[in-house]
Amino acid sequence: MKLIRITYTKWYNIMKDGLSRNNPIVIAVLGICSALAVTNKVENAIAMGFGVTFVIMASSMFISLIRNIIPSRLRMVAYMVIISTFTIAVSKFLEDNFPLIFQSLGPYVGLIITNCIVMGRAEAFAAKNPVKYALVDGLASGLGYTFVLVSVSIVRELLAFGTILDIRIMGDNFVPWVAMAMAPGGFFVLGLFIWLIRVLTKHYETSV
Amino acid sequence: MADTFELFISSILSNNIALAFILGMCPLIAISTNVKNAKGMGVAVVFVVTLTAIINWPIYQLLVALNATDIALIVFITTIAATVQFLEMFLDRFFPKLYNAFGIFLPLITVNCVVLAVSLFFVNRDYTFVETAVFSFGSAVGWMVAIILLAGIRQKIRYRSDLPKGLAGKGIVFFVLGILALAFIGFTGLSFF
Repeated sequence: MKLIRITYTKWYNIMKDGLSRNNPIVIAVLGICSALAVTNKVENAIAMGFGVTFVIMASSMFISLIRNIIPSRLRMVAYMVIISTFTIAVSKFLEDNFPLIFQSLGPYVGLIITNCIVMGRAEAFAAKNPVKYALVDGLASGLGYTFVLVSVSIVRELLAFGTILDIRIMGDNFVPWVAMAMAPGGFFVLGLFIWLIRVLTKHYETSV
Repeated sequence: MADTFELFISSILSNNIALAFILGMCPLIAISTNVKNAKGMGVAVVFVVTLTAIINWPIYQLLVALNATDIALIVFITTIAATVQFLEMFLDRFFPKLYNAFGIFLPLITVNCVVLAVSLFFVNRDYTFVETAVFSFGSAVGWMVAIILLAGIRQKIRYRSDLPKGLAGKGIVFFVLGILALAFIGFTGLSFF
């Protein structure tokens, strides 16, 4: 029993870190731009979540592979080029297969490059760890990010349009909350969500 | 002329890049703990955003002519990183005082998504060169207004706060930003002529 635990501990810890204890959005408050801007529809949130997960995993793997070759002075530039290559791949994939979602995401797809989560994981984890752990870490951060995006977007789409994934939920007399589809709705819902998760995980900041 | 002026005003107020398009959130939240730092970051952003947009516009036209718009993203981000690096060296060499005042803000700007977003927006909306210059300057000023407002409010909150534990620190910032964003929606439809 003890043996099994030792072998699983590291994988399990990395996974758990990304999903709850170290969730990139809720605890570290990184990568919020896209989390707020694309969450007015569930389908956009899902597309964005998977796009970011793919970019984090692919770039983490790549950076981890060449981590001993890059001179440390040039590493930021190298990271940027790797990340933007995978972002272009995601953007082309969405454009060809889901043109409608690509339209509504607009420039936010390109902005995956400057999503701090990707760079943060590259610098904090992938540059120091072997490929297999870098992949799991990327997956965990990406899923943690997707989880927050989808939760926020379910609330926002329900209140702003009365639908979830374009399926009508609210009755005919429901008056849509216009502000929910716009920026303030995003701020309020994500604020409430962060509050909830921080109370549940008992993660409190001491300084204001 | 009138159109350009309205573009400028709307990019500061009703289409504020931070409060309506929700961009540049990471530095907005991280550096808004006091007004002095917020001002420093704001000025640095105005500088870099305007400069990179003006440089990126002709480069993008060149890419269009070469039929190579697919690699626009890589080109933009490289230009931005290079401009920031160059600006840092230039200020260090010729204006050491200004360099010390900007301090750590300059390198941080590379990862500020406002910079890249402005370049992507002018592509998306087919702006001319003049429109790009006005729009980028206005957006950057709008971002500076947002970070200074937020920093002022956060300073007040720190001294008279009785917040629930889960909202202390970054949690409450989202509610402050939400209220600010609601206020900025009030500028929609503002017109001068």
